[in-house]
Amino acid sequence: MSFPWANHYTPKAPLMQWIDERLPLPRLVYNAVGAGYPVPRNLNYFWNFGVLSGLALMIQIVTGIVMAMHYGANELVAFGTVEHVMRDVNGGWLMRYAHANGASFFFIVVYLHIFRGLYYSSYKAPREMVWLLGLIIFLLMMATAFMGYVLPWGQMSYWGAKVITGLFGAIPVVGEPIQTWLLGGFAPGNAALNRFFSLHYLLPFVIAGVIILHIWALHIPGSSNPTGVEVKGPQDTVPFHPYYTAKDGFGAGIFFILFAIAVYFGPNFLGHPDNYIEANPLSTPAHIVPEWYFWPFYAILRAFTFDFFFIPAKLLGVLAMFASILLLFFLPWLDTSPVRSGNYRPLFRKFFWILVLDVLVLGYCGGAPAEEPFVMISQVAAAYYFAHFLIILPLIAAFEKPLPLPGSITEAVLAKHGEAAE
Amino acid sequence: MVRIGAFLIGLFFSGWLLVSFLMGAVAYVSEPPVPTAEKEFHLHPKHVSYSFDGPLGHYDKAQLQRGFQVFSEVCSACHSLKFVSFRDLADLGYNEAEIKAIAKNWKIKTPDIDPKTGEMATREPVPSDKFPKPFANNVAAAAANNNAIPPDLSLMTKARHSGTAYVYSLLTGYQQQPAELLQKFPDVKTPAGLHYNPYFANLNLAMAPPLTAEGQVTYGEGQPKPTVDQMAKDVAAFLTWTAEPKMESRKSAGLAVLLFLLVATTLAYMSYRNIWAETKH
Repeated sequence: MSFPWANHYTPKAPLMQWIDERLPLPRLVYNAVGAGYPVPRNLNYFWNFGVLSGLALMIQIVTGIVMAMHYGANELVAFGTVEHVMRDVNGGWLMRYAHANGASFFFIVVYLHIFRGLYYSSYKAPREMVWLLGLIIFLLMMATAFMGYVLPWGQMSYWGAKVITGLFGAIPVVGEPIQTWLLGGFAPGNAALNRFFSLHYLLPFVIAGVIILHIWALHIPGSSNPTGVEVKGPQDTVPFHPYYTAKDGFGAGIFFILFAIAVYFGPNFLGHPDNYIEANPLSTPAHIVPEWYFWPFYAILRAFTFDFFFIPAKLLGVLAMFASILLLFFLPWLDTSPVRSGNYRPLFRKFFWILVLDVLVLGYCGGAPAEEPFVMISQVAAAYYFAHFLIILPLIAAFEKPLPLPGSITEAVLAKHGEAAE
Repeated sequence: MVRIGAFLIGLFFSGWLLVSFLMGAVAYVSEPPVPTAEKEFHLHPKHVSYSFDGPLGHYDKAQLQRGFQVFSEVCSACHSLKFVSFRDLADLGYNEAEIKAIAKNWKIKTPDIDPKTGEMATREPVPSDKFPKPFANNVAAAAANNNAIPPDLSLMTKARHSGTAYVYSLLTGYQQQPAELLQKFPDVKTPAGLHYNPYFANLNLAMAPPLTAEGQVTYGEGQPKPTVDQMAKDVAAFLTWTAEPKMESRKSAGLAVLLFLLVATTLAYMSYRNIWAETKH
């Protein structure tokens, strides 16, 4: 794998040897997430969130497959079959609450994973491909979550589907035909519900495939670390197993505790009450809001209230919303500072925390009704969001004087413990 | 090249957002948003406490039975309960014979096909039936109720913010339209056929006050006095159960799961510390 001192797989049990000679799958696992993958010894808890994201995907796939056994993707029965799962299927309420909250927890850990990457500039060379694949996973997740939210066929499902597909309707000339084509009709109906179910079942497995690429790309340069200094030798790393499997085990325990609190004691806290009302095309909810994990983007969408000459405000909002995600793909080339870790970048660090606050404000405004003062606040916050990535970030490198970097990971670790490097 | 393009795009989006902000701010100051009666007079649900509040809370079966009594004698005349079966009433402490009797004597009959003629007919409900709907369809429901369709109540307490307190507040919240409101907003007098209720989102509700007098429902021996407040509280508890019938098993399973996870996570933490004991990081 990545480092010459990595452990080599030597099967001990005869069965494993037999398998390995014919299909080197044990070797692959060993090198991917076993003792054959050397990892920097100084990773902090923010490096737990990759594994936790994978765990969240597994929870979604398992609970989702069980629920699909009881669900009917038809506009006449969908809402009722979800209630059937909740009331008549043994343990059905657990599956559904775990699945609904699992989506939220998936986004929580993925957002922490992404912001970890932003703070430590994990997107910089040679890990650009890891970052790009991660963003593709993020986009797939958003599509999957959106379509999954439509399936219970509640009021927010229906009107959310209408609003989101309506975004495509903002595209000039071809917009409305595209919207009709996406929905299979002029409004969400049976055709839309069926295709969303089909794709909602398919996309998680596409995500799993891209995760394999994501991990593969990660294993070429190896994991980054909080100092941002590359691994220099064997003293800088520990084998993934048992060191990080143990640490991830503890992280998974904390994750499960928080997840259990949500599922068992506040299962509807993150949901919207309107989705317990069956979809009704004739009654528009007072405030149509997507799930919380889309709120920052929803705020950007709604922040555009004035036409820009011949470009209608709605189209601007749609373009800006897509741009707010697509710009992340260019991050490795926008941030020119040779220093990776925010720990050694005093100016960058300040702007990073402003960005965190900014996204939280956007999220709050996105969940609030589209009225003042929330629209004005989201306009300022959205302006900062674009300025941060497209203007400030490329300029910081020119003005910033980074702090001196440690000579190596080991040196940084020993300095932390008050010892000199040998 | 990437950075120049990014700079221009960033300048465009951020710039236009700030321009929009300024135009919006000018409009906000020159033409402040018009206050509405809904904004100023709508009230959040009252605070009300129940035995099932909190992570250890349980339903009070006697209260659920009283609430069911209010539902069957008052609400069920117009509202359906389409996701709940008679047999589910076992959760309220009724035995099999009692449930059979409740189903058999239910005022509304279950639509079915006459087994002899194949014509549409009705029959007495059995415990495995869902509660039959009071109206054959939405058109009939609207025709009988001044054009407003009484919503199904199975999920009502989950379909509103703070649903249990909402149902309680709505049932006890009917009042005269305040003079202050009419003074401020003379155009929004409650229309004929609607009823003023500040807990309802747009203040005017088609449903007439359903609980009007003490003793409207006769509670059994040893039960609290059936005041309007008590009946509203009980039926809100009953509708919490219809919306979340598995709440008790959810909470008790949750405690066991948390206990297990705390032990498992402690062990995971100890093994993590143990494995890393010799390695500085």
